[in-house]
Amino acid sequence: MSAEMNAVPPMTMPASAAALPAATPAKVPSAAYAKWLARQRREKTLVLASRLLLLAAFFGLWEILAKTKVVNPMLTSYPSALWPTFVDLLHNGNLLTHTWATFKATVVGFVLSMVFGIAIAAGLWWSRFANKVLDPFLVVANAMPKIAFVPIFYIWLGSEYSVYGMAVAIAIFVTIMVAYEGFQSTDPNKIKLATTLGASRAQVLRMVVLPGSVPTLIAALKMNIGLSLVGVIVGEFQSASEGLGFLIVNGSQVFKLNIVMTAIVVLALMSALMYLVIARVEHHLARRYG
Amino acid sequence: MAAANLRAAGGLPRIDVRNVSLRYFTLQGETQALDDISLTVAPGEFVSIIGQSGCGKSTLLSIIAGILEPSGGSVTVDGRPVTGPSPSIGYMLQQDYLYEWRSILDNALLGAQIQKRDMREARERAIHLLHKCGMGDFLHHYPRQLSGGMRQRVALARTLVTNPDVVLLDEPFSALDSQTRLAIADEVVEVLRSEGKSVVLVTHDIGEAIAMTDRVVVLSRRPGRIKSEHLMRFPSHGKRPTPFEARALPEFNTYFSTLWDELDVHVEG
Repeated sequence: MSAEMNAVPPMTMPASAAALPAATPAKVPSAAYAKWLARQRREKTLVLASRLLLLAAFFGLWEILAKTKVVNPMLTSYPSALWPTFVDLLHNGNLLTHTWATFKATVVGFVLSMVFGIAIAAGLWWSRFANKVLDPFLVVANAMPKIAFVPIFYIWLGSEYSVYGMAVAIAIFVTIMVAYEGFQSTDPNKIKLATTLGASRAQVLRMVVLPGSVPTLIAALKMNIGLSLVGVIVGEFQSASEGLGFLIVNGSQVFKLNIVMTAIVVLALMSALMYLVIARVEHHLARRYG
Repeated sequence: MAAANLRAAGGLPRIDVRNVSLRYFTLQGETQALDDISLTVAPGEFVSIIGQSGCGKSTLLSIIAGILEPSGGSVTVDGRPVTGPSPSIGYMLQQDYLYEWRSILDNALLGAQIQKRDMREARERAIHLLHKCGMGDFLHHYPRQLSGGMRQRVALARTLVTNPDVVLLDEPFSALDSQTRLAIADEVVEVLRSEGKSVVLVTHDIGEAIAMTDRVVVLSRRPGRIKSEHLMRFPSHGKRPTPFEARALPEFNTYFSTLWDELDVHVEG
């Protein structure tokens, strides 16, 4: 008897402490608490300042090394030369058009691979047989260097659609595998609970598996956006007549490293922007699904 | 109000389990999990099934709930054969398994939503039940904000929202600490009795079985067979004691030692 009792796992939270669902702060914070808060704020500021400093150091070092000819500025260009190029490209070189083309293609590729990836993963979850049959093909397809298909996609899909195709090809397999992994790891007891209440398989998918996999799907989202961008740039290298990838290849062919570097900096800014958007989405969803 | 008396009196049992057996198949071989189980539960009766780990007591509950098909025998609830999950049976699992993305109220409404009930009515009933289970102040909280005991109360409300006649409890307190389980056993029994439910409780906790139910059924080791049945009566108390009161009565210890001998526990190692 006692052995059995001991086997009972302890509760995760003491009942008394947990009975206060949200900490209710005291009306007048104590001095120690104010100090603790100040320390938290200071740390946050310090992290942000360090990040900015690191960025400034990177650009500063780049500028100095190129200007003092430690590295060949012909090969690396330098930050202060990028600004005039940037302005020039903006006015005369359709930089906005190129950026927009890349951005649009990334979003299209991202949305397509997210939607189809999740749908296929749901199909694999639905049919254990299909999953067993398709599993090795998926693993191989994922391991394949999709870049090998760039010329074929160009021939098959033409210059615009081959860029989308490349983004989807690069991003979708990881989405399928990550999403399926998430669906598969849904607590079987949560499914059992829905089943005891009479849930159909479609209801289990909609009410348990999908909402329960939101944290995994966010992880897939993060990977997906980066991979879509990779696919778009690679696609543009080969086939496009616009886009940042086109600008990079074009610039390097005529040996204008300023253009190449400017395009890369714009690309970095774009990644940062997309990352921020996703971080917002994640923050919003984590409150509910975390 | 033992089942035998009831049958003699011509009443219809709420649950009628007849000659149920179950075999599992795996690539390693087959296992006889349950062997020729027959059991009836009268309307409003609380029956517990005890037995050692792996004796098939939870499996029996799954069969009554209709989520597992027996290899032989049959189960009827109110005379209707059980062929799948039914709205007239509520099942409370070992843990609450609340969905962390749903608020407490939405968790309680899960069954109603799955069974496509009238949601306005279900909502009213859910709010009423959550109040009854002491969770009225937490309707719009999320599960992670609650303690284990509170979560299990929500699980009880969730089980009762669809108004099943029968409630199956599968070691419902095993994830709670010992103080909480004593307190919550009282609350759960009170709510279930006031709602007039028939209850089958599966547990390996002898004390819980004695304190909470009218009749204790002992299952043997695998393959699970019914070894004996014991009526829990507390004449020294007069009216029916609450689970907590029952533990202090002299009959409790007598039943405890009887059941302990029946279970024939050997601690291995």
